[in-house]
Amino acid sequence: MGLKTALHDTHILQGAKIVDFGGWEMPLHYGSQIEEHHAVRRDAGMFDVSHMGVIDLTGDRVRDFLRRVLANDVGRLTIPGKALYSCMLLPGGGVIDDLIVYFISDTWFRVVVNAGTRDKDLAWIRRHAADFAVTVALQQDLAMIAIQGPNAREKTLPLLAPPQRVSARELPPFCAAAFDSWFVARTGYTGEDGFEVMLPAGEAAKTWNALRAQGIQPAGLGARDTLRLEAGMNLYGNDMDEHHHPLESGLAWTVAFEPGDRDFIGRQALENLRGAAADQLVGLVLEERGVLRSHQKVVATAGNAAGGPAGPLTGEVTSGTFSPTMNRSIALARVPRTAALGVQVEIRGKMHAARIVKPPFVRHGKVLIPV
Amino acid sequence: MSNIPSDLRYTKSHEWVRRQQNGTVEIGISDHAQSALGDLVFVEVPEAGRALRAGEACAVVESVKAASDVYSPVSGKVIAGNAALASQPELLNQDPYGAGWLFRVQTNSPLDEAALMSAADYAKYLADEAG
Repeated sequence: MGLKTALHDTHILQGAKIVDFGGWEMPLHYGSQIEEHHAVRRDAGMFDVSHMGVIDLTGDRVRDFLRRVLANDVGRLTIPGKALYSCMLLPGGGVIDDLIVYFISDTWFRVVVNAGTRDKDLAWIRRHAADFAVTVALQQDLAMIAIQGPNAREKTLPLLAPPQRVSARELPPFCAAAFDSWFVARTGYTGEDGFEVMLPAGEAAKTWNALRAQGIQPAGLGARDTLRLEAGMNLYGNDMDEHHHPLESGLAWTVAFEPGDRDFIGRQALENLRGAAADQLVGLVLEERGVLRSHQKVVATAGNAAGGPAGPLTGEVTSGTFSPTMNRSIALARVPRTAALGVQVEIRGKMHAARIVKPPFVRHGKVLIPV
Repeated sequence: MSNIPSDLRYTKSHEWVRRQQNGTVEIGISDHAQSALGDLVFVEVPEAGRALRAGEACAVVESVKAASDVYSPVSGKVIAGNAALASQPELLNQDPYGAGWLFRVQTNSPLDEAALMSAADYAKYLADEAG
């Protein structure tokens, strides 16, 4: 038996097909994952993401602690409520996890980590927190619902009390507000506008059903994956892991090398790799019929005369799927930096033409990559 | 409960077989199979003229979730693949026993009845499989 969120029984009643995800019994879909995907792109959908780990960090030196353990710099967070996406790195530069950190006050930051990595993240955080006298508290009595889509915010706001409704409506992108026992953030993992709401587990089912009554479509992990991939967002364990560093995982933008005197864990290793990484994470669009999947082999030719190695270059699809918005298969893939834009991908023993593109593929309902 | 028409025969790998009047057979995947796969997004069917042996992987059905091989339950020669599935793979979800058929085969030998199940046996097989 896997772990269950506070919404588990609700999902069953609403016809969810349940799968194991990082030890949790989670909804894969409620009938049609493609319809759920379209609901998020065109209107509003909601996901139970209560399996993710919510960790509160408190103490006078919490900011210094996070400036040490995160590759991105929480020193950039000056307005309370502002969020930051970051990797947490091993000294060698490998990615322990990717996370979102919310700056609530000078003595309180909240971190949201992946479900499958929660325990090792906690161990790592606790190990380093001691040096900064930071208190680490895993919040296990919270549920989290992500409401996403162009109409997600408008459909969610009526559930909030009037004064909170005003604050939530005015939240800028990537900012959050704490209301008593609720925490409302304008963040997400779909490439659409929306909220991620953390609330007491005991209020989860009632809130979920009220959101459903607002016309918000329940959506499962299947749609979550196709949406995040269209949005060009990495999935931990697929697109980066402890054996791959951010600079070869499309995450260089999340590594704050400035200011130069901030000594974050992994800095020295990344300094040595800067400009020297052999591989990069790119987007792929399949030019033919078929579906790209993780671990398929990518064969490329050298695209510039910079004296790269002779012979075919090889890479690997890290995440692949069928894009319901583009009606085409897309992927993220790790390939040599010297690869020319036209590549071949091996699908069940046959080579198929694909094209290297720069993600995201889709944002705010619009296809950004010509097909 | 999945739909299991009583006039068809079924395999353990979830294909169905329909004997047609002209001695050919039509083959597809069961309602249970399409439901387990989820939304289909890519279907590859064998070309007319291809010779098949019973048990040979000859078609691919791919959902958002995963790719699965389809095995021919019979030996013979392909007389048609369902071309409509190339542009409308969702037909397989919507109508697995009708518009979602995969291919038709001219058999050159009697069906191996031992390898095929009746609807009642297939229903029992699914129940046992679900544990």
